[in-house]
Amino acid sequence: MIAARFTGRLGAFSLDVELSAGAGVTVLFGPSGSGKTTLLRCLAGLTRLEGRLTVEGETWQDGRTFLAPHRRQVGYVFQDAALFEHLSVKANLLYGRRRAGLGADGAFDAAVALLGLEPLLARGPGKLSGGERQRVAIGRALLSEPRLLLMDEPLSSLDAARRAEVVPYLDAIRRQAKTPIFYVTHDLTEAARLGDRILLLRDGRLVDQVTADAAEQGASERLAARLAEVGAEELVAELALGGTPTEVARLAVEALQRRQSDA
Amino acid sequence: MEDLAGIVWLTLKLAGVTTAILLVIATPLAWWLARSRAWYREVVGAVVSLPIVLPPTVLGFYLLLALGPHSVLMAPLQALGIRTLAFTFTGLVIGSVVYSLPFAVQPLRNAFQAVGDRPLEAAATLRASPLDAFWSVAVPLARSGFVVAAVLAFAHTIGEFGVVLMIGGGIPGETEVLSISIYKSVEALEWGRAHALAAGLMAFGFAVVLGLLVLERRAGRPRP
Repeated sequence: MIAARFTGRLGAFSLDVELSAGAGVTVLFGPSGSGKTTLLRCLAGLTRLEGRLTVEGETWQDGRTFLAPHRRQVGYVFQDAALFEHLSVKANLLYGRRRAGLGADGAFDAAVALLGLEPLLARGPGKLSGGERQRVAIGRALLSEPRLLLMDEPLSSLDAARRAEVVPYLDAIRRQAKTPIFYVTHDLTEAARLGDRILLLRDGRLVDQVTADAAEQGASERLAARLAEVGAEELVAELALGGTPTEVARLAVEALQRRQSDA
Repeated sequence: MEDLAGIVWLTLKLAGVTTAILLVIATPLAWWLARSRAWYREVVGAVVSLPIVLPPTVLGFYLLLALGPHSVLMAPLQALGIRTLAFTFTGLVIGSVVYSLPFAVQPLRNAFQAVGDRPLEAAATLRASPLDAFWSVAVPLARSGFVVAAVLAFAHTIGEFGVVLMIGGGIPGETEVLSISIYKSVEALEWGRAHALAAGLMAFGFAVVLGLLVLERRAGRPRP
């Protein structure tokens, strides 16, 4: 169980969020500038705002207590992969794992297989495609055996084809990993496909949240029609312009519902 | 020319010791200059860069005063029986370190700035302490900066004249380095000797610049 509350200002932007989340994938969803990445950075300790954070009963931040990022056992997948360019793929994958006191063991081989990384191990990051880089970054974060996996729009720098290449791996991680995952995106289809719950953010505030259970409430036909009419991107834009958050929340519910009926 | 080997050896020794000390001093200094957000950062940066704009004689003059027998800086050392560091090899090393400092700091600062925040943040989320991340990520990523800094510091020390003359006095066998030897040869009308030394330094300078250019092209290959 993760419980967090962060408040504070960064330049002109202010964040005021309280949330709790358990196992599974928590999607942080909202337009750009809504505070998704800032919230993720606060969870990792890369940005320090006022607040508190407990992860499975352990306090990571509270008042003067502030655990430095390297003491937090988080895995972080950056938007731009952020691979170490001076290290091979294998050395990248082992960077965090060695520091967690582990090595190239069975679990390493399993993760490499899960992400389809065997053919890449000996290469340098400079010789990888965008999709491959992102898979290595995901593997590197997973292999440090984090207690919390944070992913910041891992697919946003990829084109549709590369995205389609990576999504099945994310799905596999979602099903297999017991680690709670926070997943930042502004893509509604991605949110609906991967999220067990979706937190909607706007202007640094948590405006609504949607869980798979809430799907029973049913979705508004009018908004379903609106989604069919303008598409997910446009609805996100409407949210940014002040469309009612519950409308978007209901759309997310509907998307979750569709995912459940597909499964 | 029997003392030529001695002069070359002294010059190389001075450049080698200076380079080693400079890398130790310049690395944390450049790291701080590259990453600090303190308001006085550029003040420190300007002080470090001063040797570029000052005539070497000005620097040498102040160093001579600072390392001389009447300097307050020397007072603690005088208790240990060291009266002065002027006209000694140690004084020469101190002068060279000050004089070549910007040539070591600048390439390192640029290299550290080019590394940026992101790889260090990634390292932190992968359990690397700041010191660990410095050695395992920042230094390897900035390695071309280290090579350039070392080569420039070494070459610049070999090529200096004003500072070593002021603070060393050109004492044969003690503080007479190549550049001073050339000056003395010319004064003594020993043209052959001056030619040999000058041509040698020319060849050395060319090799250094060529080597730097080649190194710059080859920088940035991942290791297994």
